[in-house]
Amino acid sequence: MVRNRVLLVLAVVALLAAFGLAFVAHAPNRLVSGQPIPLLVAAGSRVFALLPGIVLLFAPFLPQRRAVHTVTVVAAAAFIVALWWLAGAHAAALAEAAPPAARTSLGAGFWTLFICTALALIEAVRRLGLRPASGVLIGAAVVAVVALLGAAGALDQLSIVKEYASRREVFADAVTRHLVIVLAALVPTVVLGVPLGILAHRRKSVAASAFPVLNVVQTIPSIALFALLIAPLSGLTALFPGLAALGISGIGLAPAVIALIFYSLLPVVRNTAEGLAGVSAAAIEAARAMGMTQQQVFWRVELPLALPVFLSGLRITTVQAIGLTAVAALIGAGGLGAIMFQGVFANALDLTMLGAVPVILLAVMADALLRLLTAYAERQPG
Amino acid sequence: MIELDRVSKRYGARAAVDGLSLMVERGEFFVVIGPSGSGKSTTLKLINRLVALSAGSIRIDGEDVLRFKAEELRRRMGYVFQSIGLFPHWTVERNIGTVPELLGWPKAKIRDRATELLTLLKLDPDGFRGKYPHQLSGGEQQRVGVARALAANPGILLMDEPFGAVDPITRGALQEEIARIHAESRTTIVFVTHDIDEALKLASRIAILEQGRLVQIGTPADLLSAPATDFVRDFVGREDLGVRLLSVEPVANRVRDGDAPGEPIAASASLRQALSRMIAQGTDRLAVVDADGRRLGVLMLADLTRP
Repeated sequence: MVRNRVLLVLAVVALLAAFGLAFVAHAPNRLVSGQPIPLLVAAGSRVFALLPGIVLLFAPFLPQRRAVHTVTVVAAAAFIVALWWLAGAHAAALAEAAPPAARTSLGAGFWTLFICTALALIEAVRRLGLRPASGVLIGAAVVAVVALLGAAGALDQLSIVKEYASRREVFADAVTRHLVIVLAALVPTVVLGVPLGILAHRRKSVAASAFPVLNVVQTIPSIALFALLIAPLSGLTALFPGLAALGISGIGLAPAVIALIFYSLLPVVRNTAEGLAGVSAAAIEAARAMGMTQQQVFWRVELPLALPVFLSGLRITTVQAIGLTAVAALIGAGGLGAIMFQGVFANALDLTMLGAVPVILLAVMADALLRLLTAYAERQPG
Repeated sequence: MIELDRVSKRYGARAAVDGLSLMVERGEFFVVIGPSGSGKSTTLKLINRLVALSAGSIRIDGEDVLRFKAEELRRRMGYVFQSIGLFPHWTVERNIGTVPELLGWPKAKIRDRATELLTLLKLDPDGFRGKYPHQLSGGEQQRVGVARALAANPGILLMDEPFGAVDPITRGALQEEIARIHAESRTTIVFVTHDIDEALKLASRIAILEQGRLVQIGTPADLLSAPATDFVRDFVGREDLGVRLLSVEPVANRVRDGDAPGEPIAASASLRQALSRMIAQGTDRLAVVDADGRRLGVLMLADLTRP
């Protein structure tokens, strides 16, 4: 009897990946594609580490009680750590017998198993009905254990870690640059978007003109919008050479930040307006009848009650901006996207991953953090 | 004292309130009643300026309401309405303290006042002060709504169909609370309703509105015994006129010497309650006692029909 279809689908996909796809791939150097190595071969004598994975295969058929969810959470967390450890250990074993240029990279099987297990973990945490903060803590704990494995050297022979080791400084700069671009876009977005959202809520005419424009902007493909801004900005700097001295030019940071602001505005403006529209009319009438001034009604009643919806808009915008910033590397803005595209153009998958994985991680972390903040605002806004 | 002098409120060509004049004495329980669209809620909101006057004037203790800042005026009046409008993000205590907080009372004083009001409205202060509105039943929410309106000791309490959305049992209990609070505090209450039984039960005087105009004003007994127009007669209910008359007179008025077996009735109960008890118990006489349980005499079924 199937008791949990989500877990069943994940288990089937994970089984197919475990037996059908390469867990790791071994190549004599980074330019040739590697020899696929399936999970069981890679595990070898460490096959006992697969035990939590076997436990997970039973989860879809067990009665959906708290105890089962708890076991699922523990097993999934353990299996994620086990996957990294197995890949790292097998890479180390292969490295002993191979020349220094040889590479062991994570295969499609690894990534599929990893994602399926992470989704199973999220599903079980959700079913447990834990507080949002506890869910984030569990996620952070898993990331921390994997990071500890890395720090202890257990993952050193994986090619993604090797790529990192040879680019430590470039990588650190890219992460910083990425965050700077995101923040440089988000701060003006909030400063512009919140007042615009308030206006859109109060005046129908503002809403009627602002939303269609912002909606159209959202439909322009990001790469096209980045490219579109090159011409006018180059023109501007040609007209006013002073701008170039400020670091504004057709490529680089300026067009990236401007385009990001355009994209980011819609969720912020829309959710600010929607949040305000959702405030109970009775509460506003009561506030006025109690003798609150317009200002007091806004700050004490409307704003705190609209905050959760606004924060969920900010969350959408932040996650979107982190992703779009990766694309902005194509117009020379830098950031993690630069590493990613370097890998794509050099056909070096591990380098691509070194850029892509942190982007995903940043987006997931921002999402979790803002969800937490939203939940907090919902529970105790006053 | 609240004076409405030829007050009108127009929305475009339509007059919601049309040349209304009336006077509410200090300490009265004044009920404004009428069908939907009669302008009763608008009249109430004109008093605290939630709705702006189109014509006429409103004076409170002789001073025109337009002379005050609207916010200051509202802080001096309690306001309770059907949808309650508790602030969902504030605790019960902070909700009750809304107006005192606006007036800048010290924290300790606000806390003491909240304790006092929760007790007055029969809510356990320690159990309720930290709760959020969504944790309360409808009746409890409206008790908090009343407490919030009373927090800063307003001279006037405006109530707009306050018990319209609660179940009949809770409504009865809330009506008794508000009658008791009125009797103890002598706050002037202006109370809007469309429920004639509620009006007869609570009012010292009733004003009946029809299409924004005053049709009749008087005590409950006046309205029942001498309805001014057919509209009023329909409104107070032709069929139920008799029992409604009984509902506005206490047992004490018709008690005679004697005694009767069975459970006695309080002298303060209405004749309607007495009749109901007689029918339910299959008897034609009830012993009557005062508030301390002392025997006063007997009420006979025949006494109810005496003019």
